[in-house]
Amino acid sequence: MSDATHSGSSFFGRLGRLFSAGPAKPGDSFGAPGVGNSTTIAIASAIGIFFLWWVTTTPALGPMVKPLFLPSPAEVWDKFVSVATEGYQDQTLAEHTLASVQRIFIAFVLAALFGIPIGMAMATNRVFRGIFDPPIEFYRPLPPLGYLPLTIIWFGIGETQKLVLLFLAMFAPMVLNTRAGVRSVAIEQIHAAYSLGASRAQVLWHVILKGAMPEILTGMRIGIGFGWTTLVAAELVATERGLGAMIMSASEFLVTSVVIMGIVVIGIIAYSFDLLMRWVERRVVPWKGRV
Amino acid sequence: MAQVKGRPASKKAKSASTKSRKNSRPAKGGKATGNGSGKELRAEAVTVVYPVKEGDDVHALEKVSLSISPGDFVVALGASGCGKTTFLNLLAGFIKPTEGNVTLGGKPVLGPGADRGVVFQKHALLPWLKVLQNVTFGLKMQGIPQDKRRDMARKYIDLVGLKDFEQKNIYELSGGMQQRVGLARALTSDPAALLMDEPLGALDALTRDNMQELILDVWRETHKAIFFITHSVEEALFMATKLIVMSPRPGRITHEYELDFCHRFFECRDARKVKSMPDFIEMREEIITIIRGDELEGGNIHV
Repeated sequence: MSDATHSGSSFFGRLGRLFSAGPAKPGDSFGAPGVGNSTTIAIASAIGIFFLWWVTTTPALGPMVKPLFLPSPAEVWDKFVSVATEGYQDQTLAEHTLASVQRIFIAFVLAALFGIPIGMAMATNRVFRGIFDPPIEFYRPLPPLGYLPLTIIWFGIGETQKLVLLFLAMFAPMVLNTRAGVRSVAIEQIHAAYSLGASRAQVLWHVILKGAMPEILTGMRIGIGFGWTTLVAAELVATERGLGAMIMSASEFLVTSVVIMGIVVIGIIAYSFDLLMRWVERRVVPWKGRV
Repeated sequence: MAQVKGRPASKKAKSASTKSRKNSRPAKGGKATGNGSGKELRAEAVTVVYPVKEGDDVHALEKVSLSISPGDFVVALGASGCGKTTFLNLLAGFIKPTEGNVTLGGKPVLGPGADRGVVFQKHALLPWLKVLQNVTFGLKMQGIPQDKRRDMARKYIDLVGLKDFEQKNIYELSGGMQQRVGLARALTSDPAALLMDEPLGALDALTRDNMQELILDVWRETHKAIFFITHSVEEALFMATKLIVMSPRPGRITHEYELDFCHRFFECRDARKVKSMPDFIEMREEIITIIRGDELEGGNIHV
């Protein structure tokens, strides 16, 4: 930072001070971006948002926002309890959740079963790469809502169509990350294996697949995240059970409390899945980032 | 008898007279015993040409001949771009020569194999395997049952001083220890030749000195044919029984020296003493002059 930014009391001077650093404290690395712990601020931020929600919606304080647009936290909690115990549209929250988790899990297993081998084949063989590259690269950036109508035309409005949509959302990231993983395997490791007498198949299995595992797991994590983001679209049409279906039908009847409650439940479950995948990652590839 | 190719003849006389002391290693030349690991690794007039889209093709190696017998410790030294690593890749079977051929015990080398162990500078160990599994990896690939491969590996694990580290993870080890694992792994397949591509290049100076002694001891114990690439002139002189100096454009061997500094080390066990002997220093300066000349020609050093 220049002297001018430091000495100036202007807005930019203050901004400069916020992002500049003097010599680092012992134990810190000078110039490292974003040093320091942000947990306290994060907690404060979350509490702040919740507080804002509470202040603007609680009837006792004279609600600034109509419940139709944003119901109060207490109302959402009551709805959570009633849907959990009595249910919404003949299904309890547990049944909705189970239906969604089941769909995502089945699509996830299928996507991994196809995506990882196809990613491996594409990364290690130019023929497979040539065959699969155009379709995958074409559909990957499309929004699932864009090809949703097509999946309905092709697969109807049953369970298959929902699984296909979720599968497609998860498949591409798994393929791409598997490919990236294969590329990340050090050529020295491959050479070493060959010069220890390994065959091509052995190198593929014992070196390339193992070496690609960190990225493959990242692909699975991203894939399952994409699955949750696609859930509502997948359950948009003719679905009785599922968190996405519950949210959609609630929105049609303007039951905003159920919509918000559903969003929060999806958020919590998706985040828990992510934590689970990170835990799996630490167990399966403890060497990640350490070599 | 040292031979010199393409460069001043005075080098030949000098290296022959003052540097080829009594050498207890077997003489070079077609001495393929043919059984077990006692095979000669030989490159005959190998040329490697990399096609370039525009301009002239790059001759990474031009008619290079070299034979490495069991018990030879051949060290390759040279300016960057001289083709040392290309040559090692040829010997390992990772690339095939444009012309000429590579043979092991008289049989042509057609690809990488367990009869030629390779030790890399780094990144070559498998971090998902423990030390012992890394060392036995080659035997596993060759289909040897677990009990047997552990027995076979133990000898080399002891030899490189990894006895108490068998169950450690690779990423828990220091750079020097990791290179010991790489060395033990290459040895466990009992290869005829050991090809080492700057194995100590990433280590700090003290660890490097220790590893030089360790590798020499391992070599004396196992009597392997070794081809060793380094950038350190001192390391090259200290370890080699035969030192080849390579030059770029085209990559070729310009000087060969028969050396015995490693045997002097075995006698006195004092590496510092050997490395400060007058003829060691004289030799070092001579080689540095040669390599500097090549680097200057290639524009790698800006004065």
